[in-house]
Amino acid sequence: MRGPTIIKAEDDKTRQLNKHTLMAFSGEAGDTVQFAEYVQANVSLYTMRNDTELSPAAVSSFVRGELARSLRSRSPYTVNLLLGGVDPVTQEPSLYWIDYLASLAPVPYAAHGYAQYYCLSLLDKHHNPNISLEEGMKLLERCTDELKRRLPIDYKGVLVKVITKDGVKVMDFDNDRVVRSA
Amino acid sequence: MSRRYDSRTTIFSPEGRLYQVEYALEAISHAGTALGILAKDGIVLAAERKVTSKLLEQDTSAEKLYTINDNMICAVAGMNADANILINYARQNAQRYLLTYNEDIPASSSCADCHGGLRPFGVSFIYAGWDHLRQFQLYQSNPSGNYGGWKATSVGANNASAQSLLKQDYKEDSTLQEACAMAVKVLSKTMDSTKLSSEKIEFATVGKTKDGKIYHHLWSADEIDALLREQGLAKVDDEPEAGDIK
Repeated sequence: MRGPTIIKAEDDKTRQLNKHTLMAFSGEAGDTVQFAEYVQANVSLYTMRNDTELSPAAVSSFVRGELARSLRSRSPYTVNLLLGGVDPVTQEPSLYWIDYLASLAPVPYAAHGYAQYYCLSLLDKHHNPNISLEEGMKLLERCTDELKRRLPIDYKGVLVKVITKDGVKVMDFDNDRVVRSA
Repeated sequence: MSRRYDSRTTIFSPEGRLYQVEYALEAISHAGTALGILAKDGIVLAAERKVTSKLLEQDTSAEKLYTINDNMICAVAGMNADANILINYARQNAQRYLLTYNEDIPASSSCADCHGGLRPFGVSFIYAGWDHLRQFQLYQSNPSGNYGGWKATSVGANNASAQSLLKQDYKEDSTLQEACAMAVKVLSKTMDSTKLSSEKIEFATVGKTKDGKIYHHLWSADEIDALLREQGLAKVDDEPEAGDIK
């Protein structure tokens, strides 16, 4: 379905930066893709020049720096980001929450936008530090179920990508599952 | 001597050589020897300090060994004035990387940029560094812009004989302590006088503490003298040196 407020329902709001780093973005249309692809280009330039990949921690600092620089310019990017990755050396997974004011925080779970008001409480209750990928997917399902029940705007489903030490892959996710109200 | 193709670095000679670069390399081979040895638990850098005059104020600080950042040091052979420019550049570059990525610059990237200039910089560096990608690393660079990783290497005067001594004595899996002993041994053979003292050499090590932190350490005169005594290479004051007039 398309209309004056909907251009594309299944738009991919992520960019893969290197083999095991993925960045998801939301914010001002135009800014988001422009900024994400600028970061993507710079990270792959680093990979080409140095024959090594930047760790997610290093990428997050770079992105924060670029946003901080942009914030102090005449026309800053209004982009909020989630950056996830697996460190190529230590194999440790990590997640970073970054907003358009160039705040950076390493976090166990995160959300941006209106959906965060419904999801963060669920994530807070059900997340634990040793959570497995399988349990994580179940928790994500709890979140999307809640969005289906409560989000005042038309909910169009999610695109799920998983980052492991082997790279980034798209997960099958049933967006059409009917959820009963409690 | 050629006077046609050596005035500019941009001009190749008919044989395809760049004389300015070759002259710079030649200048380095007259400088005091510097060497580096990679061990399994660290790296040692040692350098010969040329004592020019007895009247010259002996600077207590190192003049051939410099720190670049928290996990990298380097040894210099060649023109000190040129070295200062490149070391300043390398230090700034390392800090810029730290500011951008919030982690220390990888050792290989740090030494990749130390060359260039309108005339070639008349210095070779030996870098000793550590990063989480390749642990302890030893690199050498020269005025042509080439650099490479080594297990043991030397630059400066007598570097050919130092290199063959290193090749002879180098053992895989040697400890930092063994590498230090080897460094003074090689240096004692390549320097003019067989008896060394802390006035004539500089010493630095990069290693790991027991709790896994990387340290680098410029040795004090007392520490160098202690090592020399241990290796039986120290100069004994009342023993006349060869060539001394009684």
